[in-house]
Amino acid sequence: MSDTKKSFLIINRKAPYGCSAARDALDVALTISVFEQPLSLLFMDDAVLQLLPAQNPAGIGQKNLSANLAMLEMYDIDQLHVCSEALQQRGLRAEDIELNINLLDRSGIATLIKQHDQVLSF
Amino acid sequence: MIFSIVVTGAPYSSQAADSALRYCKSLLKLEHQIHRIFFYADGVHNASELAVPPQDETNIPSEWAQLAEQHKLDIVVCIAAAVRRGVLDENEAGRYEKSSHNLTLPFVLSGLGQLVEAGIVSDRVVTFGA
Repeated sequence: MSDTKKSFLIINRKAPYGCSAARDALDVALTISVFEQPLSLLFMDDAVLQLLPAQNPAGIGQKNLSANLAMLEMYDIDQLHVCSEALQQRGLRAEDIELNINLLDRSGIATLIKQHDQVLSF
Repeated sequence: MIFSIVVTGAPYSSQAADSALRYCKSLLKLEHQIHRIFFYADGVHNASELAVPPQDETNIPSEWAQLAEQHKLDIVVCIAAAVRRGVLDENEAGRYEKSSHNLTLPFVLSGLGQLVEAGIVSDRVVTFGA
């Protein structure tokens, strides 16, 4: 393992179910935290739906993602950034999300990306 | 500059794999260093030796293998994503009692830690997604 640290930003853009992107991103997030690298997550577009509580994907044969999201806190991943425009477009409010999130507008997102060494998008 | 590349798109389904291949060739031409190419999600299909594209189309798995042999590149496939999708090396085929294996050499199966390590070591990580 390398001694140097790099800050990672994972950008999520896809809905929680329908493709494997959300789960893939979460697995990478947990691995980054095992390597003890600084990590932030950004949720844009349909990925804001990943953050909603009371998901029940059993009917489509999928595992519930929200349990894994709750795990983030256990792994000390507390930098959850959410695109405010994406929430608005989908008729959601920040209060609908039961996790500790930070709302960002477009310029806030640009700054966030600039602040990180590595950006991975899913 | 040290680059690492992430490929999450399957060949022939999305442009991701072909673009990543071209990008890697350009990097090498410009004398950049490629620390690792990591194949994740549907990108694991880039490593299937059993792909048989029509003769007038690029054989992407064998192009990766050739490029890696030629430039001594580390081409790593996420093991969890691969075994789930039926891309197995001899070892995994044995472990799961499968009758055959299909991982093209010199691809290797390994964990997500290889992706994170690549991010730590490289100046840039570029993702080619579907």
